Amino acid sequence: MDFSSFRPVEAAVTLSVIWIGLGGAGLAFARAPRVVTDWVFPAGAAVALALALTGLWAMNAPVSTAVLPAGLPDLPFHVRVDPLSGFFLLLLGGVSFGISLFSAGYFRGSGDSSVGLMSLQYHVFLASMGFVLIADDAYLFMVVWESMALSSYFLVTAEHHSEQNRKAGFIYLLVAHLGAISILLSFGVLHGGHGDYTFDALRRAELSSFWATIAFVLAFFGFGAKAGMLPLHVWLPEAHPAAPSPVSALMSGVMLKTAIYGMVRVIYDLIGGIRWEWGLTVLLFGAATSLFGVLFALMQHDLKRLLAYHSVENIGIILIGIGLSMVFLGSGHPVAAVLGLIAGLYHTLNHAVFKGLLFLGAGAILKSTGLRNLNEMGGLIRYLPHTALYFLIGALAISALPPLNGFVSEWLTFQASLQAPLLESSVVRSLVPIVAAVLALSGALTGMCFVKVYGVAFLGQHRHELAETPREASRWERAGMLWLAAACFALGLLPVFMIGQLNNVSQALIKAGLPDEAMASGWLWLVPTSSAQASYSPIVFLLVIAAVFALTYLVVRQVYHGRLRRSDPWDCGFPAQTSRMEDTADGFGQPIRQIFAPVYLIHREIPRADDPRPVFKQEIEDRHWNAIYSPIARFAEFLSGHIGKVQQGRISVYLLYSFLTLIALLVFAQ
Amino acid sequence: MKQASGIIFQVLQSVLVVLIAPLVLGWVNQCRAWLQNRSGPGVWQPYRVLNKLFHKDAVLAHDASLLFRSTPYILFGCMWLAVGIVPVLATSLPFAPAADVIALVGLFALARVFVSLAGMDIGTSFGTLGARREMMIGFLAEPAMLMTLFTASLISHSTSLPTIVDTLGHGELVIYPSMAFAAVAFVMVLLAENARIPIDNPSTHLELTMIHEAMILEYSARHLALVEWATSLKLTAYITIGFAIFVPWGIAQAGDWEGLLIAFAVLLVKLALAGAGLALLETVSAKMRIFRAPEFLGTAFMLATLGMLIHFLLEA
Repeated sequence: MDFSSFRPVEAAVTLSVIWIGLGGAGLAFARAPRVVTDWVFPAGAAVALALALTGLWAMNAPVSTAVLPAGLPDLPFHVRVDPLSGFFLLLLGGVSFGISLFSAGYFRGSGDSSVGLMSLQYHVFLASMGFVLIADDAYLFMVVWESMALSSYFLVTAEHHSEQNRKAGFIYLLVAHLGAISILLSFGVLHGGHGDYTFDALRRAELSSFWATIAFVLAFFGFGAKAGMLPLHVWLPEAHPAAPSPVSALMSGVMLKTAIYGMVRVIYDLIGGIRWEWGLTVLLFGAATSLFGVLFALMQHDLKRLLAYHSVENIGIILIGIGLSMVFLGSGHPVAAVLGLIAGLYHTLNHAVFKGLLFLGAGAILKSTGLRNLNEMGGLIRYLPHTALYFLIGALAISALPPLNGFVSEWLTFQASLQAPLLESSVVRSLVPIVAAVLALSGALTGMCFVKVYGVAFLGQHRHELAETPREASRWERAGMLWLAAACFALGLLPVFMIGQLNNVSQALIKAGLPDEAMASGWLWLVPTSSAQASYSPIVFLLVIAAVFALTYLVVRQVYHGRLRRSDPWDCGFPAQTSRMEDTADGFGQPIRQIFAPVYLIHREIPRADDPRPVFKQEIEDRHWNAIYSPIARFAEFLSGHIGKVQQGRISVYLLYSFLTLIALLVFAQ
Repeated sequence: MKQASGIIFQVLQSVLVVLIAPLVLGWVNQCRAWLQNRSGPGVWQPYRVLNKLFHKDAVLAHDASLLFRSTPYILFGCMWLAVGIVPVLATSLPFAPAADVIALVGLFALARVFVSLAGMDIGTSFGTLGARREMMIGFLAEPAMLMTLFTASLISHSTSLPTIVDTLGHGELVIYPSMAFAAVAFVMVLLAENARIPIDNPSTHLELTMIHEAMILEYSARHLALVEWATSLKLTAYITIGFAIFVPWGIAQAGDWEGLLIAFAVLLVKLALAGAGLALLETVSAKMRIFRAPEFLGTAFMLATLGMLIHFLLEA
């Protein structure tokens, strides 16, 4: 075999096919679940790691294309790997490596033969995502896009005995298909009735600005539906809690990112000629999505549902970055546009890593305690010290706190928005910093939300008598979480490396990169444009805090003493301390509920004064259901009710219909 | 040579500010006592309290985890880093590029998250109450703070504090109307973030109105000492950030030893005035209900945004 002609594209195809093979192997060994968990999932993890390395390679290699001997006659599948695909392959491989390791431990001991089936769906899901990232014609893209939606649908409804999960799966499938139709139409508009459906032909197509805008809107909402953008986010908080935790991690961490990939691919690459109005649309939708997501996350007490709403928020932040980039690109400022694009893509990677980690943490809690409701947890740091540490890292990262990775990408987004004075239109110029303020608000609210999650779940006293002492996660599970936690640190402390790589992506995509001064300042200093403008060094940050920590610890002990006594908590001298006196998750969110009351639809049940067992109940509903979805559902029912009248169930009537159709065809087709 | 003097300046500034931070707090308290017709405990009182606390045996609740014990050190580390980065005495410090104003806000957020988590660690009712309120004030104050800083950044085309100081302090004297709005907003955020009246009362132990004090209720001895010291460092850091942006005159440049002496004298005068001003503000205003805080900080946010818009409309 000749390895010299082996290029990233072959590697990516091979690895994705191996994933499908592993899925089949999992099904074949369905009667031996130990083989599946101990061999198939770790092998899937190894493939993931190889794919991540392929992605890294592709970001530094020339574009490679290939034609696969599959598909319909005369309509073969085209694949292509460029730096943009490479970056997302790195994301897919790197994150799913940790998740597959975790799955090896998580699915063990569940004891039933469904693990085999799960393994098939899981690996087909992974392989479809791999193919989505390398597809180079609309035909293959739509096929694998659908196979991604279907395989994840089956994973969401894995526990199909529960009515709620089936409903969640249905909503997911519905929104996924609305999105897919929209994407298909966008490709149709781009195609414009001539040539074929390879991306190359779509790239070459010359569209009038009206049709380009139509294609943009269709692609934006099509991919937005998959990404969980407002107001198409409703499937996300339903589907994520229903799926098994590693699958939630995969869906939230990676699948949402394929939608971002699609958006960038279609808008930047296929449509091209970006206008600033499009960018403003993306920017405003992004800001609304991020604020809405975090406000609803704060109201949740189901841990996985809360994390799902945070995915909505983070998609908003990514869209802010990309929107900024489009605004700058559309008004002719490529350097600022590069900064926005890099910020958006870097946040895509960061969100994949920390959200994967947090969902895995939620899975570890669910497996060891059986709890998903925050109001029943508490004090878990004493039983699950490792999980608690990893979850803390994930929580700090998602709260955009330095020196972890979430901060780097939010910082870059702020830097991009501070390039606003470049813009000519004074309305847009003053709108951009206000979007930055929204970003700051949602960042700070995220901090509050994760103080709530961590404080209520891991700290304090436990609120719920458990049948048995919770057990720490197994070694496989810990390895998966450790990998992602380490990635949070690596991406946070050494951002310069990844930004250099992303600069390659931007060079390939919009033919512009960061100024040389920015790239020349060395690995220690992160400099977006020039060092006089802004710089940040996470390593110095961490080292100074660590050094002061150690120094203070030693000096206090040297000069004074280290004596310590244990006793009951003081708490202003209140004698009895029960866990009922702590804040619950709902209690912690109360100030937000009060301040942002108009945003929520609150149903309260207040007990009567003479009730001997008073219970206070409160439910928060998403206004989008009533405002958008219910009217559409009612209209659809109304319409189908009327169309139903046509169905008489009598054969003579149907014969009449056929006859009339025939006549009509004869009249029109002559 | 320049590098060496830069490092000396850096070390000198960090140590000096850490040492005088309790004095700032003592001065504010003393001024407040005078304004309230009390004689007051003297400006050195915070040092005596710290010394007393360091001598005591630490008492820790049974359930306290490692997070609770390490938080005072992390907090102290964060605040030390903050005063090391802000150009208090001199610009062009070697550590200054490690964080710009946005990263400084992130640093304060990091400290706040850790203190809040420590407040929830033992699971007492007051700890969680304090944590909840602190995070609420925090999320309201952070956007207002960033908008203030953005106004200064947009004027000087930079988010790095030394550049802001160089543009505004060492350049030509220009009066920016936007900065007036930003300054008012900044003072409001400073009051909220440092748990001062009218948002919080640092000297209260009346249970139901506490915010910051409720969170650190379970700390004692050396842990409490570090938390208190960090609190005074945070106040000093905020005041000096205010100096760097709004009154950036008298800050030395690297290697300028005479300038350093002048800078130190100027700093002491500025701190004395700022402390007296803070005491006056706290004396003439009353503490608000907790749910008035969103209005207070919302006003700060609106002012900062107005400042920014004015910059775009009048000054750009």
